[in-house]
Amino acid sequence: MIRAKDAVKAVGQAVIDNKVFLTELDQAIGDGDHGINMARGFERVFEKIDALQDDTDFSTVLKTVGMALISSVGGAAGPLYGTAFLRAAGACKDKTEIDVVTAKTMLDAAIKGIQDRGKAQKGEKTMLDALIPASEAMGKSLADGKDSRACLSAAVQAAADGVEYTKTIIATKGRASYLGERSIGHQDPGATSSTIMLEAVCKVLK
Amino acid sequence: MVGIVIVSHSSKIAEGVKDLAGQMAGEDQPIIAVGGTETGEIGTDPIRIQAAIEEANQGEGVVVLADLGSAVLSVGLAKEMMDPDLAKTVYLANAPLVEGTVGAAVEAAAGSSVEDVLQTAQEARAMEKIE
Repeated sequence: MIRAKDAVKAVGQAVIDNKVFLTELDQAIGDGDHGINMARGFERVFEKIDALQDDTDFSTVLKTVGMALISSVGGAAGPLYGTAFLRAAGACKDKTEIDVVTAKTMLDAAIKGIQDRGKAQKGEKTMLDALIPASEAMGKSLADGKDSRACLSAAVQAAADGVEYTKTIIATKGRASYLGERSIGHQDPGATSSTIMLEAVCKVLK
Repeated sequence: MVGIVIVSHSSKIAEGVKDLAGQMAGEDQPIIAVGGTETGEIGTDPIRIQAAIEEANQGEGVVVLADLGSAVLSVGLAKEMMDPDLAKTVYLANAPLVEGTVGAAVEAAAGSSVEDVLQTAQEARAMEKIE
């Protein structure tokens, strides 16, 4: 069984490995700090979770991740991802094992948190354009009776397609909205970081 | 008195706006500046914003002025994390940072209610610079 700390380490490492890539994406249409901020955030996350017992439950670990991101990221991703992780932590309280149904509940709680905080919808060139399709694909695979591996693969594929879709639309939220039509042609850094995290967590859960 | 909190991505902006508003509102008016990240970089920090609001609060409410994007998100999260009774008396002004803060601070220093301070801050949106 996968331990929460190991899952978070995989997610954080994937973000840190993509620090330069995410920053380059953000330099094109934002303030150019997304990768730097997210990497700093997960370095803080690592410090905080290193202090926890190795077998700490998912809810406690995810809460720690949320608070660490909130206090250290600095950009909009801090309150957005911070809220997402805190809500995901709330959705798996008392769970000792994370099955796909629980994973979907956690993802939906995270999405709701991001929407409450950022007041964004699908189609506004944000992280939601990766996360909402991922949740929808996961739901469809579950309804079709697919196994957990297939559900997770479908979610990651939908998120990646969502990132591609963000290249075709205008940003109306966040710093990229200052660019208007000039934001077309560029993929959204937030949708990209969401997909990187989702990919990493699915790889671990499989 | 109603407390004033200034949130900016830059600690220099937050401190500078505080100096400017404080000069007009006087020493007794609580104005707390909270800019940049914990490590002094450009950004906003919901946890320090929460502490600033708690510090500015004298029991009569707090009006928060913020600059761009994530400052607004961070204030929203700070409100969610604090005592809900305090959060009910905290208002984020839909106002330009400098003009809004000066207006709000002067209004607050006159002993006005939190609703009046918020309204004055928001009226700064309509202020003409050139007649």
